[in-house]
Amino acid sequence: MNETLAFWQQTLPSLLDGFRLSLQVTGVSLLLGIPLGLLLALGLRSPHLVLRAPLLAVIEVGRGASVLVLLQFVYFGLPTTGFTLSAFASVTLAFTWCTAAYTSEILRAGMEAVPQGQREAAQALRFNGLDTLRLIILPQGLPISIPALLGFAILMLQASSLAFVVALPELMSKAQLIGSNTFQYMPIFILVALLFAVICIPATVVVGYLERRLGRHL
Amino acid sequence: MSGEMLYTILGGIQWTVLLTITSLAVGVLLGAVLCAMRTSGIRLLDGLAAALILVLRAVPPIVWLFLIFFGIGTGIMQVSPFQAAAIGLGLITAANMAEIFRGALAAVHKGQWEAAQALSMPARWRLLDVIAPQLLRVSLPSIASYAIGLLKDTAIASTIGVPEIAFQATHVSQVTFQGLATFAFAGCLYIALSIPVAWASRWADQRMRLRVAR
Repeated sequence: MNETLAFWQQTLPSLLDGFRLSLQVTGVSLLLGIPLGLLLALGLRSPHLVLRAPLLAVIEVGRGASVLVLLQFVYFGLPTTGFTLSAFASVTLAFTWCTAAYTSEILRAGMEAVPQGQREAAQALRFNGLDTLRLIILPQGLPISIPALLGFAILMLQASSLAFVVALPELMSKAQLIGSNTFQYMPIFILVALLFAVICIPATVVVGYLERRLGRHL
Repeated sequence: MSGEMLYTILGGIQWTVLLTITSLAVGVLLGAVLCAMRTSGIRLLDGLAAALILVLRAVPPIVWLFLIFFGIGTGIMQVSPFQAAAIGLGLITAANMAEIFRGALAAVHKGQWEAAQALSMPARWRLLDVIAPQLLRVSLPSIASYAIGLLKDTAIASTIGVPEIAFQATHVSQVTFQGLATFAFAGCLYIALSIPVAWASRWADQRMRLRVAR
């Protein structure tokens, strides 16, 4: 037991370095992906099939293919077209794609939950499309989406551990490296699990609480 | 990409499907146990199950797989990549199934329990013959959409060497240096595999919905 604790003490700084990178990748992907998701969701309301079809393809591939495969597609695939990205950029690109695809559905559901009467009222008051969206739909639709978005953010943080397949030195890569050097796989991965649990368990509890609270009004 | 390469990737399908089905089966069985503990009304069991569910879902799948494959595999007992993946994904599935079942349990009408009791059915039959079939029908759409997510998550098993689609694609891309086509094909395979599941679920749901008492 003491041995394990000493081992943890010794390896923790390196793991925390990795965890910081995991959090960065997740944060950047969410910051880029959620606005893109909103654009996708808005684009899908367009009456023009020419616009809708490619957006739908982006969403369906982003949701339909495994994140791991998306990541490998970007990292190992794009260089063959003469377009090489760093590991960090590849991971961010793949995760942003995935985030945009999933959050577009979450945001669409949120916007659809705004009662139709609100739209009609805005129309009756001669609001134009942009104002209706900006002043009526989004302020009511976005709060409805928040618990689902936070839940998705937790999943993305977990998915960031997949970045180790492209050798991004995040938490999982660091742990794998330490494991293969010291052969202490069990203790090191338990520490990784604990690090994730420390962030994800409180976050899950908060999301559950928000869901119940926001659900009360519906 | 030659035909042989395509054939190699297609060869991964059987492992992807097998792993999905095995993990789902493990998940449904253990999930039912967790759900029973969670709704038992015994505080100790309830708390234990709630804690288990929280921990299982808080740690990413890949960490579970590595913990089982490398952690248990190198120290305690031999585990094959497939066993490690099936156990790891199965455990996470169990936690999610428990929550799905718990939600569905609330949707089965209370009168069904009372009616079964009024007919003086033994408790075991009450559950197996009256409640469980309706529970399954109610939770089917959620189970199906989880199964589609699980199908995609099995790609993670490639990292510990289960020869499924993503593993074969990685191998092929390393040999041919055609990552773009290879992974695009792999991605399409996952989408193609999930479509029949979605169809079957919608079809089954439409028929089964009629057979749940409201």
